[in-house]
Amino acid sequence: MLGYIIRRILAAVPVMGCVAVFVFLLLRLTPGDPAAIIAGDSATPEQLERIRATLGLNEPIYVQFATWVGRLLHGDLGVSLISQIPVAQMIGQRLEPSLTLAISTILLSVVVAVPLGVLAAWKQGTWIDRVVMAFCVLGFSVPVFVVGYVLIQVFAIDLKWVPVQGFRSITRGFGPFFERAVLPTVALSFIYIALIARMTRASMLEVLGEDYVRTARAKGLGETKVLLRHALRNAAVPVVTVIGTGFTLLISGVVVTESVFNIPGIGRLTVDAVLARDFPVIQGMILLTSGLYVAVNLLIDLSYTLFDPRIRY
Amino acid sequence: MTDQALPAAARPRPAWFSLVASPISVIAAVCLGLIIIVSLLAPWLAPHDPVQLVPANRLKPASAAYLLGTDGYGRDVLSRILYGGRISLLIGVGSAIISIGFGLAIGLVAGFFRWLDAIVMRFMDALMAIPSILLAIAVVALSGASLSSVLIAITLPEIPRVVRLVRAVVLSAREEPYVEAAISVGSSLPKILWRHIMPNTFAPLIVQGTYICAAAILTEAILSFLGAGINPETPSWGNIMAEGRAYFQVKPSLIFWPGLVLSVAILSINLLGDAARDVLDPRMKRREGAR
Repeated sequence: MLGYIIRRILAAVPVMGCVAVFVFLLLRLTPGDPAAIIAGDSATPEQLERIRATLGLNEPIYVQFATWVGRLLHGDLGVSLISQIPVAQMIGQRLEPSLTLAISTILLSVVVAVPLGVLAAWKQGTWIDRVVMAFCVLGFSVPVFVVGYVLIQVFAIDLKWVPVQGFRSITRGFGPFFERAVLPTVALSFIYIALIARMTRASMLEVLGEDYVRTARAKGLGETKVLLRHALRNAAVPVVTVIGTGFTLLISGVVVTESVFNIPGIGRLTVDAVLARDFPVIQGMILLTSGLYVAVNLLIDLSYTLFDPRIRY
Repeated sequence: MTDQALPAAARPRPAWFSLVASPISVIAAVCLGLIIIVSLLAPWLAPHDPVQLVPANRLKPASAAYLLGTDGYGRDVLSRILYGGRISLLIGVGSAIISIGFGLAIGLVAGFFRWLDAIVMRFMDALMAIPSILLAIAVVALSGASLSSVLIAITLPEIPRVVRLVRAVVLSAREEPYVEAAISVGSSLPKILWRHIMPNTFAPLIVQGTYICAAAILTEAILSFLGAGINPETPSWGNIMAEGRAYFQVKPSLIFWPGLVLSVAILSINLLGDAARDVLDPRMKRREGAR
């Protein structure tokens, strides 16, 4: 097990290395002077020179890369060109709302989607199955911001049940937090529910045809026990996998949802950075989210042993 | 392994039959066809100029002259949606074709040459680890808000998915006896790849192409919505909604109308993709959640 973990972490190194090279080259490969791109059209020569100095653009490119990676390995993501605050600090300050949104979305999605998928597979071919599948296609097709605005219109503006936008930390009381978190979470969950429910259904359908399920039924086990104990547990690995591969989808969704609901998280930080051409912040965000993606998928690989004891590392 | 997921009745009939026979795919095809036709005919159908600013007509409600009302600059929303369809569909089809072109080339080569495979796939893994929206907005931020940079930004994150698909097909095809036979009779490598291996990828690629098309239209809308899309002057479904954001509390229909058309278009493409998948590659059904 430990050997496997170490091997997996080592395998993640080249992937993250490629991400780093890519993020580094993104700015350098763009035609034109990077400093001019960042500074915009109305930049004075002094501003350009300052940006060049900050980014080390006057050095040869391999020196730039080595310096940049060296700083990265020390946790230094650079300094924002606009606010002059270290990028790591900026991201740290904005992490809480985004994490809250991401975690509550995953929780809600799993709680809703897995039973839906099981139900659809169990009742395969009936109207229940068709409704669930129709919902899944719909979930993939309606953009999260359209869902978000519909929810705002109905529940915040027409019914006035919850505030329109904003975020309140959970440390300042559950009520105000919940009021503001419920709509973004539901909006973002749509696509994730669709993803997980589809996978659960497909995976369950495969397992339900297996001999051991027939055996379990033949020996007179209740249908609930057959479905949950014998079938779902065996169907879990692809479902857990899709939660991991859907992680990038979640990050993208968080970025959009934060803009719709005016949540001051890392997604808004990124969008603001893009509009202001604050490149160190964009680089930092891409590196951070890619790192998270790799880490989440590593954890998910390791979690397979929980669902399927036959898998041993 | 089970065939349970397949509608038993659909199997012996010719492949096109189940595509035509399902009422849902017919409805989807009609909706998509309509959207394509009215978008193409936008210059003749649109009642007003989609870009001309008429400040006197700001935020007019729906009327006989402006069927869906006007936006914050006094432009006709219906005309903008009609013209917007051209951009959105162009981006959808364009990025499907480009990502399949690159993905096919890279995937064929990576799947066939073991020594190259490891390097290429690490790079693809890296691309896949970057959330596509972040990658796309970074590309647009750097290269400017033009149609081509938006197209590149949307296509780039899709390429590794195509590469993975093609590579998986190639890896299994290259072990087939007919490929071995082709190698042993001394066929040239390009010929083996082109004639014997590539045709295996067509069915899954057609299906993947529809999904990429739908995803690209969605991503364009998201990019424009975040302010990192095509020049806001140009009407695209995403741009119309992005401008509607400022007036959401006053006039929510500025977001809902384009949102509805966008959702119907994407829904139709996805449904047709599902139908095509069932017809072309029944085995893919088992992997359906994984896309």
